[in-house]
Amino acid sequence: MQRIGKALLYVVLIGIAIIQLFPIYWLTLFSLKNNYEIFNLSPLALPQELRFENYIKVWTEGNIATYFFNSIFYTVSAVILTIVLASMVTFAITRLQWRGHKIVLGLFMLGLMIPIHSTLIPLFNTYTTIGLINHPLSLILSYTAFNMPITIMILLGFYEALSHEIEEAAIIDGASIHHIFFRITLPMTAPVIATASIINMIYNWNEFVFVNTFISSDELKTLTVGIQNFIGQYSTDWGAIGATLMFSIIPILLIFLILSDRIVEGIAAGSVKG
Amino acid sequence: MNRLKASKLDLLIYVGPALLLLLGIVYIPIVQTGYFGLMEWNGIGEKTFVGLENYLALLKDSKFWGSAYHSLILAVASIISLIFYLTISFVLASRIKGANLLRKIYLIPMLLASVAIAQLWMKIYNPSNGMLNIFLMKLGIENPPAWLGDANLALYAIIVPTIWQYAGFYILIYYAALKNVPESLVEAARIDGASPFHIALKIKLPLIMNVVKVTIVLAAVGSLKYFDLIYIMTGGGPSGSSEVMASYMYNTAFNKFDFGYGSAIGFFLLVICLVATFIIQRLSIADKDLY
Repeated sequence: MQRIGKALLYVVLIGIAIIQLFPIYWLTLFSLKNNYEIFNLSPLALPQELRFENYIKVWTEGNIATYFFNSIFYTVSAVILTIVLASMVTFAITRLQWRGHKIVLGLFMLGLMIPIHSTLIPLFNTYTTIGLINHPLSLILSYTAFNMPITIMILLGFYEALSHEIEEAAIIDGASIHHIFFRITLPMTAPVIATASIINMIYNWNEFVFVNTFISSDELKTLTVGIQNFIGQYSTDWGAIGATLMFSIIPILLIFLILSDRIVEGIAAGSVKG
Repeated sequence: MNRLKASKLDLLIYVGPALLLLLGIVYIPIVQTGYFGLMEWNGIGEKTFVGLENYLALLKDSKFWGSAYHSLILAVASIISLIFYLTISFVLASRIKGANLLRKIYLIPMLLASVAIAQLWMKIYNPSNGMLNIFLMKLGIENPPAWLGDANLALYAIIVPTIWQYAGFYILIYYAALKNVPESLVEAARIDGASPFHIALKIKLPLIMNVVKVTIVLAAVGSLKYFDLIYIMTGGGPSGSSEVMASYMYNTAFNKFDFGYGSAIGFFLLVICLVATFIIQRLSIADKDLY
């Protein structure tokens, strides 16, 4: 009886796993098919041959390559900036003696609850005034500011658990605060920095609203928004659409395959951003 | 506490840049949003001060209240789906082999760009060629619905991918919380003859109640801010039937160029998010006293 119960549980759990994976499996299938196969044969049929031509076509014909490299550029720049600034603030909040560290921490944590949509119009207005509309900085700065709270939250627990003894020994040896931060503390936080970077990367790579609002030039768009417009032109060529979407999904899936433990850890640590 | 002594210059270096970005890109803009709400403004030309006109119009705007109602439906649906996620987490955490792998698989949809998720589900819902309707027609249903094109169904058709997308996220959080429940308590109850169901409901659930409350805040506030999927899949249509507060704000400002009114909606959205957070947290503090 217990055995049957357990078997049933597994059926349900594996069933859910299939549901979670199925749309991606289906996308992979149709990215390798042509329209005839998609519209005339069963949606679940395997492609008659692996048509990588869809991938080649969208990579060479559209701006997908440009979007792809833009996405990498914005993502990496914003992640580096966010990690450096967030590490410095977290260091100051947890290790330095000053009044107001609680208020500053509170300001950053309240930032978690603020919807980006409520800032969109003024940001658009300011960026237009200072000439940052259609400029990579509008994205990099916005990503950095909005990811700062979650990043500090992930770093915070790690910093609080760090021992003070090494710092005290360094002070006795005459080290400056900058020396302690850059040479001692920052290297010690490498594991949590890796986790926070990956979480940041996933958010930045997938971001939609800021790009859609601040960037209108095709040369500067990212994959998420570029794809959306590109699909408009190809609305009937499902194979091409599938291949385009795969370009946005594959990097994230690869990273997940390699670093899934760190990602799981980071999402659990930063669970406030839904 | 053995904090290091810091000079004013040190603080300026370490706190200054991050704080400046936070104030400049998050806090000053939300104040500006409230202020722009007092203007009549097309986004490019001069702003004309109109006082509370936009805010008063908002109170009488049935489209806005419709969008607020749709946001509420989303919030209720995502809070109800928490029960489903919680149940799965209980099963996963009950010493099941492969639980680690399964919860990682469940997480995958959350890693994908909303554009990809939206396009994928639009293909599934496609009235003539979509997988869903092909399947329904094979079952003998002759006129399956148009899903996203049907004003009565569009909003609910969008709720399904949201439940799909966030399942792994909440399961991950619940699973981590359940793994932190001390084994000794569970063991003691088992020796006293409590059934697994009883242990789950009377021992484990109360112990992770704080985490459950956090997820309720997350689900509620997340739903109020919900935008990407709706904007891409239906744009709020057909005829406003899937419009939510964020998409109404976006469409008003960036597609109809009514930035003053859009700002008023944006400010309302902010207030509602903060009030919702506050209320749910207050409720959970009140609850805590009961134990």
